[in-house]
Amino acid sequence: MLATRVFRLVGNRALSTSICLRGGHGVAKVEDYTLPAYFDRRESPLPDIKFVEQLSPEQKSLKEKEKGTWAVLSKEEKIALYRISFKESFAEMNKGTGEWKSVVAGIFFFIGFTGLVVLWQRKYVYGDVPHTFDPEYKQKEVQRMLDMRINPVEGFSAKWDYENNAWKK
Amino acid sequence: MSLAKPAMRGLLAKRLRFHLPIAFGLSLVAAAAFKFAVTEPRKQAYADFYKHYDSTKEFNAMREAGVFESVRPTGK
Repeated sequence: MLATRVFRLVGNRALSTSICLRGGHGVAKVEDYTLPAYFDRRESPLPDIKFVEQLSPEQKSLKEKEKGTWAVLSKEEKIALYRISFKESFAEMNKGTGEWKSVVAGIFFFIGFTGLVVLWQRKYVYGDVPHTFDPEYKQKEVQRMLDMRINPVEGFSAKWDYENNAWKK
Repeated sequence: MSLAKPAMRGLLAKRLRFHLPIAFGLSLVAAAAFKFAVTEPRKQAYADFYKHYDSTKEFNAMREAGVFESVRPTGK
């Protein structure tokens, strides 16, 4: 009973795959996912089945009219026939979703949240910096680097004026 | 309405014909730019530094500053 109703729905083509008599047990129930499905995909332009399966009376008469010459079909009728067979046009299925805006918004939000976490950490988690960061210590470090003539050609010591004991202008 | 048959072969060759000379030229430009912006000035800087470099004077200055372990500053 269920099988014959399904048969009317999907047409002859799917019949052989959907009804199988197995050793006197009757007909296996046909699952939805085993039947051909409709999908809008750019890389497979012609799906296995039409989009609209239950045709209304106007659509049925339109289908009859389609069997004749197509020159007499009006523009609206052609579009109606297209919409019977397909759900979305290529332009509709390909158009962007604007999802990237949500993604970028989420990125900024979480970067901001991370900034808050970092600030809290600085206040409540980290201890003092070592004594080597004191200004006096740093001054002694710089003096020692200049005494050792670190990078005297193009780098550190090249910028120090040894005659006048000052940075070069 | 019959469209022209699209190109079926030689697509990579066509692209290479166009892009390889450009790539070659840009690489040469990059190399030349690096040479004249970085290496030549650097060579000149080293040449200038060592033109009037008195190593003994520098050594003594460093010795007085006390950075060596093999020689102590003069005096005391």
